[in-house]
Amino acid sequence: MDYVAPAEVEDLELHDPDTFITKYVWSQDHKVIAVQYSIIAIAVGLVALVLSGLMRLQLGFPGMFEFINPATYLQFVTMHGMIMVIYLLTALFLGGFGNYLIPLMCGARDMVFPYMNMLSVWVYLLSVIILMASFFVPGGPTGAGWTLYPPQAILQGTPGSDWGIILMLVSLVVFIVAFTMGGLNYVTTVLQARTRGMTLMRMPLSVWGIFIATILGLLAFPALFVSGIMMLLDRVIGTSFFMPVIISLGQQLDYGGGSPILFQHLFWFFGHPEVYIVALPAFGIVSDLLSVHARRHIFGYRMMVWAIVIIGGLSFVVWAHHMYVSGMNPWFGFFFATTTLIIAVPTALKVYNWTLTLWKANINFTLPMLFAIGFIVTFVNGGITGLFLGNVVVDVPLSDTMFVVAHFHMVMGVAPLLVIFGAIYHWYPLVTGRMLHEGMGKFHFWVTFLGTYAIYFPMHYLGFVGVPRRYYDYEGIEFIPQSARDLNSAITIAALIVGVVQLLFIYNMIWSYFKGKKSGPNPWKAASLEWQTPQTPPVHGNWGPNLPLVYRWAYDYAVPGAKDDFCPQNQPRSADAGSSAMVAGSAPSAEDN
Amino acid sequence: MSEHAHDTLLPATPTSGVEGLAADWGSDQRAFKNVPWGKAMMWIFLLSDTFIFSIFLTSYMTVRSTTTVPWPNPSHVFALSFGGDPIPLILIAIMTFILISSSGTMAMAVNFGYRGDKKKVFWLMLVTALFGLSFVGMQAFEWTKLIVDEGVRPWTNPMGAAQFGSVFFMITGFHGFHVSIGVIYLTVVAFKVRRGDYEKKGNYQIVEITGLYWHFVDLVWVFIFAFFYLW
Repeated sequence: MDYVAPAEVEDLELHDPDTFITKYVWSQDHKVIAVQYSIIAIAVGLVALVLSGLMRLQLGFPGMFEFINPATYLQFVTMHGMIMVIYLLTALFLGGFGNYLIPLMCGARDMVFPYMNMLSVWVYLLSVIILMASFFVPGGPTGAGWTLYPPQAILQGTPGSDWGIILMLVSLVVFIVAFTMGGLNYVTTVLQARTRGMTLMRMPLSVWGIFIATILGLLAFPALFVSGIMMLLDRVIGTSFFMPVIISLGQQLDYGGGSPILFQHLFWFFGHPEVYIVALPAFGIVSDLLSVHARRHIFGYRMMVWAIVIIGGLSFVVWAHHMYVSGMNPWFGFFFATTTLIIAVPTALKVYNWTLTLWKANINFTLPMLFAIGFIVTFVNGGITGLFLGNVVVDVPLSDTMFVVAHFHMVMGVAPLLVIFGAIYHWYPLVTGRMLHEGMGKFHFWVTFLGTYAIYFPMHYLGFVGVPRRYYDYEGIEFIPQSARDLNSAITIAALIVGVVQLLFIYNMIWSYFKGKKSGPNPWKAASLEWQTPQTPPVHGNWGPNLPLVYRWAYDYAVPGAKDDFCPQNQPRSADAGSSAMVAGSAPSAEDN
Repeated sequence: MSEHAHDTLLPATPTSGVEGLAADWGSDQRAFKNVPWGKAMMWIFLLSDTFIFSIFLTSYMTVRSTTTVPWPNPSHVFALSFGGDPIPLILIAIMTFILISSSGTMAMAVNFGYRGDKKKVFWLMLVTALFGLSFVGMQAFEWTKLIVDEGVRPWTNPMGAAQFGSVFFMITGFHGFHVSIGVIYLTVVAFKVRRGDYEKKGNYQIVEITGLYWHFVDLVWVFIFAFFYLW
């Protein structure tokens, strides 16, 4: 046995569960918490999916559904957007995947403060309950649009201005408290609780993506927190932080002197990093999926890490590109357009590296691989339309049209969701010990992938024609041709089909939990640490009596001279193929990883 | 970072210059050597909290510049008379002095914590908490005076811009909430120190972690003082 330095990190006191309640309900095990986070997020995501279906029904077949009126339509738009961005994507990537993967991939027994981690998920549930309560209050949920721009968000005339907006803001503040408790855990665990041999530059890219995204969250959510509190004060006790002098129906309201544009700045100072809070974990996870299922090391690991860090940093200086039509100084537009386009450089670098990872690789068209390739294609499409919208002169005519809807659904809706699906197909065996059903999965993939193109590709065209977004009805708008209206009907049909197929995915997850094929340990022959636990699924404490020792990076696939086509991270180099085969520089990773 | 000759666990790393620094920081197990988990987490939390207070203060400056009604002069609003002429900002000056003194007693508590002097740690933390409590008490007095005597409300203000009251109650309220949490936190830790909880664990890091939070709350007050009361 080689000499191994003694462990420096403190030992975690584990609270071993002894009853059903402490094991599955008030659990402090990061894996159980991750599953709880995921189940809540997916459940609330289904609500948002139904809302999008209702929206599409109105857009595709205006006037056919009596129960959808302009007020409810706006409420559907608002709740769909807010739930999908915050309560589904953020919670699922960081609370779900972050919780599950960080300790396992870093070789830790749990998060550093398991009790706080447990509080995080329950406070998250509280925020979801508060949000869902707004469906049942007088006036219904808020219909202000997910951006909640004042002054209209809190004034009479906007749906849900009685109770809905208050519950929305309270729920957001509670969510941020929950996220902070979890996020502090994730960051501290990555920084301070890795096992011996797990250097920062040996961490799988999934951990890098989640780690940087969590830092973004800890620094961006404060802006939403503060603006949420200020808007609550405006709405509840009548301050005027965001409220200018307003004449409504001939009457001057009691507001005056505030700055509506301040809210937009604060919201987007949160809102733009939020895009990357969702995107960076997807970038990281998809890198790992590609590498494992193409049996090849990720191309340009160091570049990939630095690209994640640089994208994270740049995401804080681009926020006002959401506000080109808000009446800013043109010089601001110049600055923000420049920074926005600079982000394309590290992002394009990542896309090239994903493609080069697949170059001449042994690609297995497993379900995670299909979703990962689907992600690359979709992300490139959505990213390129982002370059259009990042330029002020192109954005001005396109803003508030369906083109914008198509752009952000492609880039931060569908693309990260494809990664989430791929990641669930990939890690489901680790969580449950069973494989998801392949046939159902393939059907799910093809309908989802092709379906989303059927939905969002024509939407770009609608945007060019000038079809505005967030409109309840286009009745009597002369410049919208009949063909655009027919296209809207077609989009609706595609959207409903894609929506229904997601239920098949849910069914697959439930069915496979009981009837799925047993996976055994490490069914994908992955090299990263989470698959090397003594038991599959891993038990409380993750590792046996001793923490694993890490000898290499997470991407040793098809190493020349090695006896298997993959070398797990905890396999010493001398065990690769017998002693004589150890030639310096023989493996792509041997020099510095 | 010293490498043992037979150690193949870690890659060969540079030991000097910027590369050495990067290798050291990126080495296995811990990015910050000898920093316990609780302390690392407190630093990260304080970074996040710094953003919250910065955004509060930036928002205050923005609404101060957007409102068209004149902004009241804080020196007049926060003047207090002890029989003679009103002295500008006298109460705020005393509050600031007390809060900064409490940082001093807190620093001493941390020092005695590492010396293992249980009794002195207990009393110094208790004194710090009492300073904090008196700060909150004086803040309550200040709020009462503004609300009851001068008719300032979050939504209106007889002396000028309504945003003056809104910002004042929101920011000092949020800061006072932090101080109150700190007082509770200090008191709990102080009594646990006296009970000997941390001797069993063999370390007094918690005292330092509590201290970090307390110093942060003081530092934030200095900025609120500068931007709200002195401007």
